[in-house]
Amino acid sequence: MHSKAPLGLKVAAIGGLLFLHLPILLIFVYAFTTEEKSYQWPPPGLTLKWFEVTWNRPDVWQALGLSLRVASVSTVIAMVLGTLCAAAVARSKFFGRETISLLVILPIALPGIITGISLRSAFNIADMPFSTWTIILGHATFCIVVVYNNAVARFRRTSASLIEASMDLGATYWQTLRFVIMPNIATALLAGGMLAFALSFDEVIVTTFTAGQQQTLPIWMLEELVRPRQRPVTNVVAMVVVLVTFLPILGAYYLTRGTETVAGQGK
Amino acid sequence: MTSAISFSGVSRHFGDVRAVDGVDLEIAPGEFFALLGPSGSGKTTCLRLIAGFEQPTHGSISIFGAEATRTPPYRRPVNTVFQDYALFPHLNVRDNVAYGLMVRGDAKSARRAAADDALALVALDGFGDRKPAALSGGQRQRVALARALVMQPKVLLLDEPLGALDLKLREQMQGELKLLQRQLGIAFVFVTHDQGEALSMADRVAVFNDGRIQQVGSPEDVYDRPETPFVADFVGASNVLPAQLVHRLTGKDAPASLRPEAIQIGDGPLSGKVSTQAFLGSATRIEIESEGITLKVLLPKGRSVPEIGETVSLGWGADALHIMDGRNG
Repeated sequence: MHSKAPLGLKVAAIGGLLFLHLPILLIFVYAFTTEEKSYQWPPPGLTLKWFEVTWNRPDVWQALGLSLRVASVSTVIAMVLGTLCAAAVARSKFFGRETISLLVILPIALPGIITGISLRSAFNIADMPFSTWTIILGHATFCIVVVYNNAVARFRRTSASLIEASMDLGATYWQTLRFVIMPNIATALLAGGMLAFALSFDEVIVTTFTAGQQQTLPIWMLEELVRPRQRPVTNVVAMVVVLVTFLPILGAYYLTRGTETVAGQGK
Repeated sequence: MTSAISFSGVSRHFGDVRAVDGVDLEIAPGEFFALLGPSGSGKTTCLRLIAGFEQPTHGSISIFGAEATRTPPYRRPVNTVFQDYALFPHLNVRDNVAYGLMVRGDAKSARRAAADDALALVALDGFGDRKPAALSGGQRQRVALARALVMQPKVLLLDEPLGALDLKLREQMQGELKLLQRQLGIAFVFVTHDQGEALSMADRVAVFNDGRIQQVGSPEDVYDRPETPFVADFVGASNVLPAQLVHRLTGKDAPASLRPEAIQIGDGPLSGKVSTQAFLGSATRIEIESEGITLKVLLPKGRSVPEIGETVSLGWGADALHIMDGRNG
């Protein structure tokens, strides 16, 4: 039944959406402003020169490269470990299974600042110097959760007898993995991986505690905002970040549409 | 002759639970064999032991004379039709049926032809391009059957094959399965909790309870000559008379089964009070409290039916009382 929504509700809904999305549009507009010291509304003029300036700034490229590297590696780690963990929890019964399930999800429920502080202390105790790898380890903690959540939901929906049927028909463990398990969980894994990538790409809190001297893109942006020089460069980068994180999330949404997949809520 | 399936002292324990407990079993090649029992009686575990999804805790299993106790499922000459059909949702019907041939490495054209033949065998010609989700329950079951049969197994295992179908379809499939088994001449081993299904389809029936086999025999054997009170009650819904009562009636010291339809109201050694009455169409079933037990009596249409509360005498023919001095009696 389609019934017309009351006018008040419509206005409220539109208002809510504007409140959520107008600020993002503002960021985009400021990327084209001619005024570089303070954000002045309305912009005195529009220009494309900040794209060129951004393109020629090595620190932007460095930060972007590091962010992409960190996001890719932590996503790969998360996909391998998260899937294996989901398979174990969904497929077999063992002592402490529920506890493990909870412990895996905990990093995403925990405030990032706690994860960050504890990782920093742990790295100190272990005498590990801060490097790209310490950032990756920090990001992997919450990336695993996203992949795990997606994979475990799919595993639970996949009937256990499919695996038995495959083996019954002569398939070995590897053939079963390749021809039955992978096709059935592939979209969930891809969706989990994309969300993990997006989360890692714009992560700030855990990164500040585990990065040392290196700057990922979001950290670079924070630093840049307090310096009153070439401000619109930050906005150009922000546009890129929005696009880079939005596309995977959109992809994940389409891949898991109509399924009961639990996406990465909360982080 | 070598048995198709041979169990020798097979047990499967899950922790403290003895799902299967010391089972000896011989299934002949070409036999339609039923594993019958209530849920939790060990019949499904037995089937899974044959398929190789479970490994026995004790004992050994051989398939056509070859030791198979530790053989993985993918190296056994048996195939299974699963209770939930377990069709691969990402493959169409033809690729589902051809799956076993594909992993074996058959050429694409050969497996396509074999799959279409198998689909024709189960009257599903032309369904090859559909996805399993687009089929009805009965059609999915046929696909599962074709997928197992295309492998030309020496033994076909069926786990509650008709459980999910409605009554009419179930009766139709009973006939078709029976016909298919005769055509193919291979052993069918099927699990069921429905004694009517077991009796009407199987050449031989093994009745399970608490992980043990109570009786193995032809449908007539287990129905007419139950060896234990459990078989009498579960298979035939028969009356079980306790040993003391049988001793008083016959002098023998063992429980006995007495079929509800063999009892006549009138003159006889027992008397009791009618407690319930149910009209079944072709007959009326009444229950009579007598000697501390409840006796079920089936009166065919036309016979006079006593009122509830009435006290009646019960008699039966000379050979109606079957003394159960079997091993578990």
